[in-house]
Amino acid sequence: MTSMNGNHHGIVVDGLVRTFKGDIRAVAGIDLQVAPGEIYGFLGPNGAGKSTTVHMLTTLLPPTAGRATVAGFDVSSQGADVRRHIGAALQEAALDLFLTGREHMALQGGLSGLSKADRTRRGNELLERVGLTEAADRKVGGYSGGMKRRLDLAMALVHSPSILFLDEPTTGLDPQSRSALWDEVERLARDDGVTVFLTTQYLEEADVLADRVGIIDRGHIVAEGTPDELKRDIGGDSVEAIPADPHDLERAAAVLSRFGEPAAHSPKGAGVRLSQGAEQLAAIVRALDDEGVTLAHLQLHSPSLDDVFLAKTGRSLEGAGGEDEPAEEPVPAPPPTVAQGSERR
Amino acid sequence: MRGDPVGLNETLEQVGLVARRSVRRTLSQPALIIPTIVFPLLLLAINASGLGSATKIPGFPASSYLDFSITVCFMQGALFSAITAGTELATDIQSGFLNRLQLTPLRRVAILVGQLAGATTVALLGAVVYLVVGLIAGVKIESGVGGAFLLLAYAVFVAIAFSGIGATMGARTGSPEAVQGVFPLVFAVFFLSSMSMPRDLIAIDWFRTVATWNPTSYVIEGLRSLVITGWDGTALWRGAAVGAAVLVLTFWAASRALATRMART
Repeated sequence: MTSMNGNHHGIVVDGLVRTFKGDIRAVAGIDLQVAPGEIYGFLGPNGAGKSTTVHMLTTLLPPTAGRATVAGFDVSSQGADVRRHIGAALQEAALDLFLTGREHMALQGGLSGLSKADRTRRGNELLERVGLTEAADRKVGGYSGGMKRRLDLAMALVHSPSILFLDEPTTGLDPQSRSALWDEVERLARDDGVTVFLTTQYLEEADVLADRVGIIDRGHIVAEGTPDELKRDIGGDSVEAIPADPHDLERAAAVLSRFGEPAAHSPKGAGVRLSQGAEQLAAIVRALDDEGVTLAHLQLHSPSLDDVFLAKTGRSLEGAGGEDEPAEEPVPAPPPTVAQGSERR
Repeated sequence: MRGDPVGLNETLEQVGLVARRSVRRTLSQPALIIPTIVFPLLLLAINASGLGSATKIPGFPASSYLDFSITVCFMQGALFSAITAGTELATDIQSGFLNRLQLTPLRRVAILVGQLAGATTVALLGAVVYLVVGLIAGVKIESGVGGAFLLLAYAVFVAIAFSGIGATMGARTGSPEAVQGVFPLVFAVFFLSSMSMPRDLIAIDWFRTVATWNPTSYVIEGLRSLVITGWDGTALWRGAAVGAAVLVLTFWAASRALATRMART
């Protein structure tokens, strides 16, 4: 897919390493590729190396070893070319509280080399796009967290970049603001062909937005693929059946066993990992009915990216935060509880 | 740092954009401006009333202590604007705003020069107020109207030179609190000069020696000559030379500190 400014290159990372003082390997040799127009979700707990990777790919931090090209340019030797093709909204949502939204857009447009007329036009266009037209002449100090993130995104888009880096764009946002930002990111990739590299510690975010996901833990990529591929890798959907009469539990388990391998379940129920996917659900209900088992509860579980993370690292994503990412990078707020279970894309 | 392909015109435009933001920001923060203006005037009032009898010391170069000490305000104003320059730069580093700027084709020199515009504005505002209040209080400027204007220009020049110290500290520490914490030391250096007494009338030997070696003394004496002497070429030349040396040195240091901070490829 061709992007807004016609760049056909995505991101290619080959053995990228970043070491900090005290021999801390924040990023310990990662390889990844992001195709043009793709949304790539970089998922991992606090301190996994996500932000360090983004800082290297956006030329703000020189790599210790390895190579990366962004938009076809080398991040180590062609920094200025890389910067011309990328937009970035970094973790801090760095805004000037004493300036208005419009002044931010004018500053960013001016520094990006737009003419005065273009600055105004592009600024207004983007402010409208992110829903900040009415708030444009208010000082940013009075903006909500969601408004700041949207302004941040608008500023990153001023020079029509072909690749967009979003470092934890929704950390600390309420569900509505998150969903609004997701819509906008999805639209950018779909309509404008912008390549998006997005870091997140939210499973749901990666699941909803990303075409492909890379899971990073302690500086290493531990799994990569589409969300569905990753989940399939660790096994498909599972069903849990809880009979109305506890005495029927054994019979229910026997029925379920016909449909696949046993799966995790609560003490009151029986579980099975579906060998052929969710289509088997109707057959299971019929079989239980034929056996005369009355159900109190039947639930379909889809494996989550957390299950993937657990399978690959032996730890749960939430609360897996390490302390190995250097203090130069601000530590984001703890994640809100993410609903897991059967939400699908 | 490999420079982005930006010419002189673009660099000047970048300086203008960053400067505009810096001024806008500074003017939005009365907490930065008011102490700069009020504190030196307060100290002047105390000194002029308390140290007035110093003028009776044989050889004292002015008949009014107010005339003698008005220039101290300009120096303190310069110091305050240096703190402003440092804290503002450190705030941008801490908030990540510098990273945002780094992602544009912005040149380092444009950041450094543009960022000081706010501090310079504060210095200019302060200098005008000190001069007007001084004139109302009865200060007589021996060098006349032209000298008064030169005094303002001189004061702003000194403020810019000292802002380099603030910018260096801001860039090195990346912490506004650290910048504010270090400045009392700079204040002490100011006081160990000919600020309150002409060098040849300082009775304590070590103090006189320190004041003689302290570059601040020559800057103060240059400024002061315009008020109490008239057009004293030697004092003006020395003050300007020391000011220029401070400017070059502090901007070199600030630029280096900023280069370390801006590690972009």
